[in-house]
Amino acid sequence: MDAKGKAIKLGDNIDTDLIIAARYLSTADPYELAKHFMEDYDDTIVNKISQGDIVVAGKNFGCGSSREHAPIAIKGAGISCVIAENYARIFYRNSFNIGLPIIESKEASERIMDGDRIRVNFNTGEIENLTKNETYKGEAYPEFIQNIIKNGGLVGYVKEGGNRENEI
Amino acid sequence: MGMTMTQKILAAHTGREYVKAGEFVEASLDMVLANDITAPPGIKEFYNMSSGKVFHKDKIALVPDHFAPNKDIQSAQQCKIMREFAYDQQITNYFEIGEMGIEHVILPEKGLVVAGDVVIGADSHTCTYGALGAFSTGVGSTDMACGMATGKGWFKIPSAIRINLVEKPSKWVTGKDVILHLIGIIGVDGARYKSMEFCGSGVKNLSMDDRFTICNMAIEAGAKNGIFPVDNRTRDYMKEHSIRDWVEHTPDSDAFYDEIIHIDLSTIRPTVSFPHSPDNTYSIDEAEKISINQVIIGSCTNGRMDDMRMAARILKGRRVFKGVRTIIIPGSQKVYLQAVEEGLIKIFIEAGAIISTPTCGPCLGGHMGILAEGERAVSTTNRNFIGRMGHKSSEVYLASPAVAAASAVMGRLAGPEEVEVM
Repeated sequence: MDAKGKAIKLGDNIDTDLIIAARYLSTADPYELAKHFMEDYDDTIVNKISQGDIVVAGKNFGCGSSREHAPIAIKGAGISCVIAENYARIFYRNSFNIGLPIIESKEASERIMDGDRIRVNFNTGEIENLTKNETYKGEAYPEFIQNIIKNGGLVGYVKEGGNRENEI
Repeated sequence: MGMTMTQKILAAHTGREYVKAGEFVEASLDMVLANDITAPPGIKEFYNMSSGKVFHKDKIALVPDHFAPNKDIQSAQQCKIMREFAYDQQITNYFEIGEMGIEHVILPEKGLVVAGDVVIGADSHTCTYGALGAFSTGVGSTDMACGMATGKGWFKIPSAIRINLVEKPSKWVTGKDVILHLIGIIGVDGARYKSMEFCGSGVKNLSMDDRFTICNMAIEAGAKNGIFPVDNRTRDYMKEHSIRDWVEHTPDSDAFYDEIIHIDLSTIRPTVSFPHSPDNTYSIDEAEKISINQVIIGSCTNGRMDDMRMAARILKGRRVFKGVRTIIIPGSQKVYLQAVEEGLIKIFIEAGAIISTPTCGPCLGGHMGILAEGERAVSTTNRNFIGRMGHKSSEVYLASPAVAAASAVMGRLAGPEEVEVM
C-alpha cells in the first residue's frame, strides 16, 4: 500500500482546535468537516490540497481535545497520510481507529519542505522525497497497532474478534 | 522493578500480577463516558461493531454538556441522538437538563468514579478523576464505542513522571496555579504518553477540588493520566458521594519513574498562561497587565465549590469593571444550589456578573460567551489555542478563579492582592 502526493507542511503542537474548530462539531460528516480543515491557521489551505496529499508536521501533532472529528476532517480533506515527528496520544489512537494512516519520522519531519513530492510505502515504512531525491525511515508500528491497521480500524478489529485478551 | 500507581491499577484490571511500561494490554472498564459532541459518532460505530446491546447499562455515562442546553438546531439533533440511544439502551447514567452538569464535575459528585477504577471517556479531560486515585483517560468516539460494546479498552502501559509536592500553597494560590506552573516547566508535550503521579507531604494541603483541577489539566502536558494517592480527604469525599467500595493503590517503593520533579507549593505564585499555549506561563508579578473584554469563571477545570467561593471572596462588595462581561458558570446543579445557599450568587449578581446554567459553552467557543475579533478574555478554562473561544484573532488568558475575579474588577489582568488592598 502506498500514498503519494505533495507535502502540506505544518509546525509543532498543531492542536485539534486548529485542525477542526469546535464551532463545526455539530456534525461528524467527513466532507462537511473537511471544508473547515485548518481554517483558523490558514483559510486557504483546503483549496491547495489535491487528493492524496500528505500532511508533514513537527512535534506533538494533534494535541488537545479528543475529538475524532480531527482525523476525520483530515481524511475528508483528501489527505492520504500524516507524517510527524511525534503525536499526541489520543490523536494517535483515533487515527488508527478510524483508518487514517500516520507515521512517525523525525528525519522526514525535519527534511521535507512544503510542496515536496512525497511517496510513502506503508509496508516498509519508507518515505521517499521525490523532489529532493531522499529517503527517510518511518518508525515501525507495534504489532498490536498492525493488527488494527490490517482490519481497517478498530471497528473491523473488534468485529473480527480481535478484542480478546488471549490474543494480545 | 516495582510498579507505579497507574501500572498497578491497569494490572488489576487485566488480571495480571505485573505489567511493565510499553506493553499493550486489554483492561476491563468500570465506566465509559461520552458527551453530546463525541457520543453521536460513537453511537454510529457502536451499531457497526456490536450485537446492539451495551455491555453494562450502569457503567456508561452520557452527559449533554458541550452544546447543551441545545444552542442551535444541529446541536439539538446531536443531543437527540444521544438521548434516544440512552433511552433505548436504558442507560442509568444519562443526565438530562436539570440533573445535568459538566461531565467531569458531576461524575465524581454523583459517586460514579472511585479509587482504583479504570475509566475511559470520549473527552480529553476525562483525566480529571485521577484526583480520586482512579486511572482515567480521554479517548475518541470509536474507542468509546468499543468500550460500550465490550466493556474493555486497549492501553499501552505508560511510564510515569513523579511530581513530589511539599509545603503549603499561599493564600491566593490554588490547584490551577500549581498545574499551570507545572505545565510551564515541562511544556505541552512534557508528559506525552506518560502518567503524572503526584505525591509528597504537600498533597495533604491540597483540597479535593484542587486535585480535580490539577488532574484535569494533565492532558495539557500531553499526559495519559494524572493521579493522586488516596488519603483521608479522598476517603471522606468518596464516603460522602459514593456508595461504592474502592481499592487503594500505592506505588511500589522501587517503582521506576522517568523523571522526578520537585515542587515547593509555598513558592508558587498566581500563574497565567498567555496565548496561544497552556505552557506559555508567567507569574502574575511578571505578566503584562493587558486590558480585557471578558472573564469566564467555570468549566470542568474550575467549576466547583472552591472555585465559586474563591471568586466570591474577591467579588464581595465590589463591582466588575465597566464593560468587562463577567460570566460565572457553576459546574453542576449541586454546585449552583450550594452557591445559592451560601449567598455567593447574590454576591456575583451584585458585582455585575451573570450566572449561567452549567455548560461547557464558552470554553470551546460553543456558546454563552464567544469572543469577537481582537477581544481578550481571562478564563479559568483549560485551553487557549488559536480560535478556542471565538474569533481566530481573539485571545484567552488561562488563570485561577482568584485571578479571573480580580481581573474582572480591575478591567485588566490583575492579581488578587491588588484587589485586596483596594
